[in-house]
Amino acid sequence: MSGDATALRLDDVRKSFGAVRALAGVSLAIARGERLGLVGHNGAGKSTLMHVLAGVLRPDTGTIATEGGAVADYGTAVAGRLGVRCVFQELSLCPNLTVAENVRVPHPSLRGWGWRRRAARLILDRLDTIFAGHGIDPGETVADLALGRRQMVEIARAFTVTDTPLRLVILDEPTSSLDATAAEQLLNFLRHANQHGVATVFISHILPEVLAAAERVVVMREGLVVLDRPARELTRRAIVQSMGAEDEHPGAHGAGAGKVRSGRADRATQPPAVLARSGGGTDLVAKKGDIVGLAGLAGHGQSTMLLRVFDAWGRKDPSTVVESPVALVPGDRQSDGVFPLWSISRNISIRSLATLRRGGLIDPARERTLAATWRERIGIRTPDMDNGILSLSGGNQQKALFARALASDAGIILMDDPMRGVDISTKSEVYRFIRAESERGRTFLWYSTEMEELFHCDRVYVFHENRIVAHLPRAEMTEAAILRASYAEAEEVA
Amino acid sequence: MTADDMPSPASASMRDTPRRRRRTVPVWAWPLGAAAVILVMTLIHSGGQGAGDILAAAVTFSALFVIVGLGQMLVITSGPGNVDLSIPAAISLSGAIAMKVMDGANGMIAVGLLAALAAAMSLGVANYLLIRLLRIPPIIATLSSSLIVQSIAIAYGRGLKIKPPPAFADFCTGRILGVSNLALVAAALTALVLLALSRTLYGRTLLALGQNARAARLAGTPVTRTRLTTSIASATLAGLCGVLLAGFSGGSSLNMGEEYLLASIAVTVIGGTSVAGGRAEPLGIWGAALLLFLIVTMLNTFGLSAGVRLIATGLIIVTVIAIGGGSKRV
Repeated sequence: MSGDATALRLDDVRKSFGAVRALAGVSLAIARGERLGLVGHNGAGKSTLMHVLAGVLRPDTGTIATEGGAVADYGTAVAGRLGVRCVFQELSLCPNLTVAENVRVPHPSLRGWGWRRRAARLILDRLDTIFAGHGIDPGETVADLALGRRQMVEIARAFTVTDTPLRLVILDEPTSSLDATAAEQLLNFLRHANQHGVATVFISHILPEVLAAAERVVVMREGLVVLDRPARELTRRAIVQSMGAEDEHPGAHGAGAGKVRSGRADRATQPPAVLARSGGGTDLVAKKGDIVGLAGLAGHGQSTMLLRVFDAWGRKDPSTVVESPVALVPGDRQSDGVFPLWSISRNISIRSLATLRRGGLIDPARERTLAATWRERIGIRTPDMDNGILSLSGGNQQKALFARALASDAGIILMDDPMRGVDISTKSEVYRFIRAESERGRTFLWYSTEMEELFHCDRVYVFHENRIVAHLPRAEMTEAAILRASYAEAEEVA
Repeated sequence: MTADDMPSPASASMRDTPRRRRRTVPVWAWPLGAAAVILVMTLIHSGGQGAGDILAAAVTFSALFVIVGLGQMLVITSGPGNVDLSIPAAISLSGAIAMKVMDGANGMIAVGLLAALAAAMSLGVANYLLIRLLRIPPIIATLSSSLIVQSIAIAYGRGLKIKPPPAFADFCTGRILGVSNLALVAAALTALVLLALSRTLYGRTLLALGQNARAARLAGTPVTRTRLTTSIASATLAGLCGVLLAGFSGGSSLNMGEEYLLASIAVTVIGGTSVAGGRAEPLGIWGAALLLFLIVTMLNTFGLSAGVRLIATGLIIVTVIAIGGGSKRV
């Protein structure tokens, strides 16, 4: 820190969500005016760290300090008083208010006659400084602005100052919805913001941006800081390597690795069970009995691909060929999966009702048998399958959703990051089950944000910006290879 | 990195709901019980006279509300924002078509009935197309189709009042073993809807759709077909009500459907069907329809003024919902 005052310092900060350890003891000091870049793969703990810095989450243990010593009760209010601001990825502007009115939200001192005018001047000044030629009218309602412009307002607002001087601004993927010009303007601005003693934390998956914007780069992995070095000593490749495993032995991970699976040999000659053409790039192909992983950074087109395959069944779509009925296991249980008013039994049978009919009507006896069978097979822990689905823990609800898909006639099972927030023991039970079902000839397309999960797959497609950028068969699957492709580094390194 | 592996407070509180529900009174029984109480109070006031007549009238008039209510219930169950405001138009149009096609001739009853129901079904299809293809909100779509259809009915009916065929009028006003035929029709339809909801792919899909439309799609249920069927069912049931009403009251009139719009929503919701969708209570509609009729009868028997009657009606309904629904009504 070479004598600089500290903007904010974390000491051994830990944070867990249930069984998931998001931060496993992070110590980090940010100097006044320092430009810090923060990177890490899905689930490395970046956003938890950011939320702790912003005061949104309280750490389980550990202290947060300024140059004046440890800060007690560090929350959003304290963070605000200290001059810590955040630019969130999910935009935090109120869409029904104007740009100027939104400026009033973090600035309670804008009051009395003409506060709108003063707010407008404030935001316009920042917008002009950061995004010259932005063309935004502070009187405009935020909902009427294009996404890129909203992001500009969000960023500019974080740098507005009234009564509290700015200490630290955290930017979470700020360029993801900006066009190239605006992104360049932002990077330029960030390089100069520190002249006024404002520290910035820049979180991004776009490594060249991080290297351009930051003086120091911190890499996180599994809730820990694994690399902390000046940016000028780093290359993109070095960063990607630090994010992943040291272990470079392909296929060393996971259950069933290296085991020769029955029916493997004749699989090459089979017609594909799923074929999604990409028009120029890599096609997605899955044979009967394949477990195919969809990897890459979250939100780079994996779920879209699954929905495309889901919708293609029963349609004549030459770009997406699906040879068997499909069933989907959603990851977001509340919004995509569970029917909250129903029993566990009904939640499972909904996908298979057509086969439970006798004389045109659903046969209650068959429905009961189905529920009982799957309670046994997948191990749903409940005294009674007629209990409400919400009586189950999250992991068991997820098992019920697996049972819904697996009990069906579907030969192709699509999994949309289904293990989010599921405990370890449930996970390993389900992994075994997936393997057994694939051996019976079921095809799995498995999108996962968890690296170790991908090693349960036979091969992996890596997505980047809605395209498949790499196809890694088992022999070439390493954490490093997946990471390189996720960050679109494959071409250079290979 | 979410904390949803731990049961949320909401899920913990609902943990043993199904078991508790089995022990307590079902939701649909509350309005029925309230209706019985109101009947008893009326009879106490009248000294026990006319019990049979009051009950018979209540069942007969409720039957028509039940028929439209069943349709409205299916629509409301398909999810938040879904409601059928074209019910009065379907009633008027079907009534007019039936009377004109039948033209007082016993031999034309079947043809007239089919023509009327076909017209109502097309209204259901039109509503569906407006809502799904043009993406017009259901309230606006069914309201505007209602306006259009109402004008067609006016042009078609043109003020003439044709009497129903004698055999049809006899059927609509007749009774079997003391129970009015209308009530028997409504009871049969209720049984059919109950069966459909619990034992058919259509019913399960509808209930799933009302709870979570996105999840219903991702669970591979026939969402589109179910929405279309629901729209048609509501219009057809309203159309049937229109034909029966015309037969019952000696001919159709253009505004005869008016009172059924709000009533169809009221009996559905008082009956325990969730406004948010996903939970339907066909039996509750009977209780609610009887309750509404008997409240009016009781207050009339008491000889109260119009203003007091309305206030009392409102208070009674609020009381029944507050007691019966409790925390289960979301």
